[in-house]
Amino acid sequence: MSCLIDQISVFVENRPGKLAAIAEVMEAQMVDFLAFSIAEADGFGLLRAVVSDPQSVVAVMKDLGYAVITNKVIAVKMKDQPGGLKEIANVLGTAQINVEYGYAYTKNDSAVLILRVDDAEKSVEVLKKAGFNLLEEENLKA
Amino acid sequence: MSCWNPRAEEMSLEEIQRLQFKLLKTQVYRLYSFSEFYHKRMKEANVHPDDINSLEDIRKLPFMYKKDLRDNYPNRLFVGGQDELVRYHVSSGTTGKPTVVGYTQRDLDNWAESVARAMTSIGLGRHDTIQVSYGYGLFTGGLGAHYGAERIGATVIPASTGNTERQVELIKDLNVTAICCTPSYFLHIAETAEKMGISIEKDTKLRTAVLGAEPWTEKMRKRIKDSTGVNAYDIYGTSELSGPMFTECTEMNGMHIWGDIAYVEIIDPETGEPLGPGERGEMVITMLQKEALPIVRYKTGDITAYEDSPCPCGRNHLRIERLSGRVDDMLIIRGINVFPSQVEYTLMTIPELGEHFQIVVDRKGVLDTMMVRVELKPSAFSDKLSDLIKLKKNAEYVLKNSLNVAAEVELLEPGSLARFEGKAKRVVDNRRD
Ligand SMILES: [Zn+2]
Repeated sequence: MSCLIDQISVFVENRPGKLAAIAEVMEAQMVDFLAFSIAEADGFGLLRAVVSDPQSVVAVMKDLGYAVITNKVIAVKMKDQPGGLKEIANVLGTAQINVEYGYAYTKNDSAVLILRVDDAEKSVEVLKKAGFNLLEEENLKA
Repeated sequence: MSCWNPRAEEMSLEEIQRLQFKLLKTQVYRLYSFSEFYHKRMKEANVHPDDINSLEDIRKLPFMYKKDLRDNYPNRLFVGGQDELVRYHVSSGTTGKPTVVGYTQRDLDNWAESVARAMTSIGLGRHDTIQVSYGYGLFTGGLGAHYGAERIGATVIPASTGNTERQVELIKDLNVTAICCTPSYFLHIAETAEKMGISIEKDTKLRTAVLGAEPWTEKMRKRIKDSTGVNAYDIYGTSELSGPMFTECTEMNGMHIWGDIAYVEIIDPETGEPLGPGERGEMVITMLQKEALPIVRYKTGDITAYEDSPCPCGRNHLRIERLSGRVDDMLIIRGINVFPSQVEYTLMTIPELGEHFQIVVDRKGVLDTMMVRVELKPSAFSDKLSDLIKLKKNAEYVLKNSLNVAAEVELLEPGSLARFEGKAKRVVDNRRD
């Protein structure tokens, strides 16, 4: 099983109703949002989400004309102790891996950090070695 | 080069200008004597035919406007009697009254002559079968192309518009080599052929299209060539001039305006000042030989630029570039003239942006602001905010460079701007209150 997870990114105009329209598309596809974040800049935004069936969502959204792509991200289960985030950053930093962005969500009372890094495979390796628990695609859905 | 009328087409620039002056002088005397409208206009402008002593003196003459044609509906601008008239065409105005144009036999002859030269310059001749799929009737397109094609001895199919499947069958069965129609109708014919399982490139002899009466682009020319193998040529002419009259030659570098038929000026639409070669502005046309409905310094409202260097085809008649919009579309932003077409060209140079855009003009305090809203191309999307910000900044930079006025760029989702059939409504001007 791979610890590389598909994340979808959608370009969203920063105006009322736009996000709702996308949510509606997902809902119609019976898609579950497992995690998502919105990054904003200068009049537009990016919706990034880990969903239950990324390929079919991407296909539908492309048909509807959205600008959408998928990227590989990793999902790290945070240790239930202070400084967890710092420790992850240290591990990646030592391995010379850049974090492009990250966002967190809560699953079964524990926090999960979604990370987009410039070298996902290496990140998986070093984080596992450092004792972190990485989620696989399958256990994300469960 | 193969010419329809070598004597006229092989003139040097100097010969052309000498002839133009002679024709202008004759026309001005004629109008001063016989046209109530021009007589009055010239009096008002305090200019007499004797004041016209060089070609440049044409600038002393007053402009003529589309409004003059409407105000003098139906035929008060006509010179000469009813007996001289052999045809009317009528164009439906987009607003209000239609305009009526009339022709003497000589007017029709000159029109056909102009089209004959044009068609010859793109390599058409007696061996060709030309399907005329412009509308026939009150619109000038159908009959204009028809008589020009007949004059060069081609075989003409007066197909007019409509019944597109039959048009495709005719193209195939009658070995049509050239077609005259609007660019959008050509695309429709090509699509229909494809649906019928007919490849224009492999199953027909169609190799030339003469497209006009609607704006189109170089991009479309390439698309037509790639998908059908057809060389598409631009044709220009409005009913006021007679009808479609002038095309590009095989060099595809501008439409030759026959100097013995028309005199072209390009002016700054705001100040009326003459512009030089390559400078974009409003085209003002004087028809040098027109009899029934004289046209002198007519403000066409079309934006283009001229080139008077010799064309590689061997002709010295000046060329105008593909029209890039209408003066009515011109925006004045902080005192600077901006054409939506300029914005379009500039955006087209950025591969990440789509072809759909909108210009929103506003006023903040005393300052005009311009925002260009443009759709992102789905294929160009990256997941990085920094890439998108860079794209936006870059678009703003190149727009500023080409327009000389700052524009804010808003990136839009693909498909979020309304699509228009035909002419797109590109501009929202919120300054008018
Ligand atoms: Zn030429």
